[in-house]
Amino acid sequence: MSIRLKNIAKTFGRNTALAPLDLAIGDGELVGLLGPSGSGKTTLLRIIAGLEQPNRKPAGSIHFGDRDVTHVHVRDRRIGFVFQHYALFRHMSVFDNIAFGLTAMPRRTRPSSGEIRARVHRLLEMVQLEEFAQRYPAQLSGGQQQRVSLARALALQPDVLLLDEPFGALDAKVRQDLRRWLRHLHDELNFTSVFVTHDQEEALELSDRVVVMSNGRIEQIDEPDRLYRNPANRFVFEFLGDVNRLEGEVRDGELTCGTARLAVDLDEGREELLMRPHELRLIEAPTEHAHLPVCVTAVSPVGAEVRVELEADWLAEPWLATVRHADFERLAIRRGQRLFVEPRRWRRFADDRVRQPTGRTVASS
Amino acid sequence: MQRIGDAPRIRRLLIGLALALAALFLLLPLVAIFAQAFAEGLAMFWANLSDEYTLAAIGLTLFVTLLTIPVNLVFGVFLAWLVTRFSFPGRRLLQTLIDIPFAVSPVVAGLVYLLLYGRNGWIGGWLDGHDIQLMFAWPGIVLVTIFVTCPFVARELIPLMQAQGSREEEAAVTLGASGWTLFRRVTLPNIKWALLYGVILTNARAVGEFGAVSVVSGSIRGETNTLPLHVELLYQDYNTVGAFTAAALLALIALLTLVAKAGLEWRAARRETAA
Repeated sequence: MSIRLKNIAKTFGRNTALAPLDLAIGDGELVGLLGPSGSGKTTLLRIIAGLEQPNRKPAGSIHFGDRDVTHVHVRDRRIGFVFQHYALFRHMSVFDNIAFGLTAMPRRTRPSSGEIRARVHRLLEMVQLEEFAQRYPAQLSGGQQQRVSLARALALQPDVLLLDEPFGALDAKVRQDLRRWLRHLHDELNFTSVFVTHDQEEALELSDRVVVMSNGRIEQIDEPDRLYRNPANRFVFEFLGDVNRLEGEVRDGELTCGTARLAVDLDEGREELLMRPHELRLIEAPTEHAHLPVCVTAVSPVGAEVRVELEADWLAEPWLATVRHADFERLAIRRGQRLFVEPRRWRRFADDRVRQPTGRTVASS
Repeated sequence: MQRIGDAPRIRRLLIGLALALAALFLLLPLVAIFAQAFAEGLAMFWANLSDEYTLAAIGLTLFVTLLTIPVNLVFGVFLAWLVTRFSFPGRRLLQTLIDIPFAVSPVVAGLVYLLLYGRNGWIGGWLDGHDIQLMFAWPGIVLVTIFVTCPFVARELIPLMQAQGSREEEAAVTLGASGWTLFRRVTLPNIKWALLYGVILTNARAVGEFGAVSVVSGSIRGETNTLPLHVELLYQDYNTVGAFTAAALLALIALLTLVAKAGLEWRAARRETAA
């Protein structure tokens, strides 16, 4: 079931939670709403669910497939909703929690109790919790509770599955497992789902497409790899990972900032260049294009790459570089060492107030 | 290094003082009530208890209580639901208004009702024209009792419902539950103990209310005399044993209430440690 939002806006009192926005989600797609807290992502999800009403003016619309659900009550929208803190019914067993949607149906349409039992058992099997049917939510771990809440949401075979920070309250390992499991489930059952997260990694790993939001606006909608490679603007670039900044004056094809110099192909004036940590190369002597002297202040060799923190008197805030272990050993990097940086590439976003993709990627010559 | 209160002598002194005060101010009067009630033997106690007017007073008190509890039960749940689940202008004000019966002296409450619903009152005059009498009759007693006890249920529910939040209810709605199903299967099971606790407190107050009732009742023996009022009447008649018999009955109800309340608290504490 596809989802189409048109001109949806929301204000709480004087605060604008959502500026009027459009969004189209395809049938069977798994879409992540990504943004910092206060970006409006949860509000958007709750509006799709019908738990929140969009502003009456300007009049917007919400369609599930061909069905106009703008004025349809939550209980009739045929959605499944998974809450951040599970929101299981604490006084009901796991079985009764999952069966709730079925047993709450009006008598005319309600399946027989035998059929309900069979369906709940199928769901329990799906979330691998068969032996926990008679337990109460308080007796389960966070990951198990979240699986119950997923089974409960899927019991009515909803057209659309909505998840609000589904893994936010779980520890890293469980989160990783559940993510993989959800992706699997989604590919198998092929429902349309939208989930909210503030975790870039989660959004990029799980989604078919990611919607990046800030301040109640959509900044960019794209597939994960394109989003990472071609951020539409500075916000998206900064939100998706660590960023190193170099600000200085450009004259005669060279950007200077204190004792630092970098050859650039830019017009004269003030410029700010942005670089990812893995785009910085650490070398022992300056090159003819780059003279960026730095001092190593911290080294963290944990993981696939070594994280090196760099400082210099021409830097307003420290830089972070990630280097391969081979390079780390070759250069024998240690705290207090003086090195030079050569950026492999950098980006600049001309004017952030223009919300057009203005990012330009330039390889350093 | 000794902590404060570690000295055995001070500790013993403080405990002894607390026990002595409790015995003197709480236990002794209670014992005295029962001692006085049985002062002239069990037969006299029964005779006093089965006195026509005493029985009428007991009956009226139970009748008023039975009418008050359901009204305040429904009203309290409704109010708590309104205040914790919706946001609307005046919500804060409403929350403050709930406490008025606690803040105002019951006698003042009685007088206000008399002023409004008495024969010469603003609403009472109109009612009188339609031959309806509220004051100096049982409906008046019920009205002021409801007024005096209306905060109990709501006061118990509001903090609990605020703490529980509305996530479970939202979950139930996304699963297609109708309003009534939602209340019956999700809200009610979560608040039932607090609700029962509120009812117990309402019951205790409704049975024992004196000030407000005495203003609007008129104390007509056998008609508008509740048990607390009856105690006073008997005492003024120099029927000390009779007065204390009725008082002992009230004290007994109070004790039962305390036991029920303690039982519920014990249960709640056990549930908390289990969860």
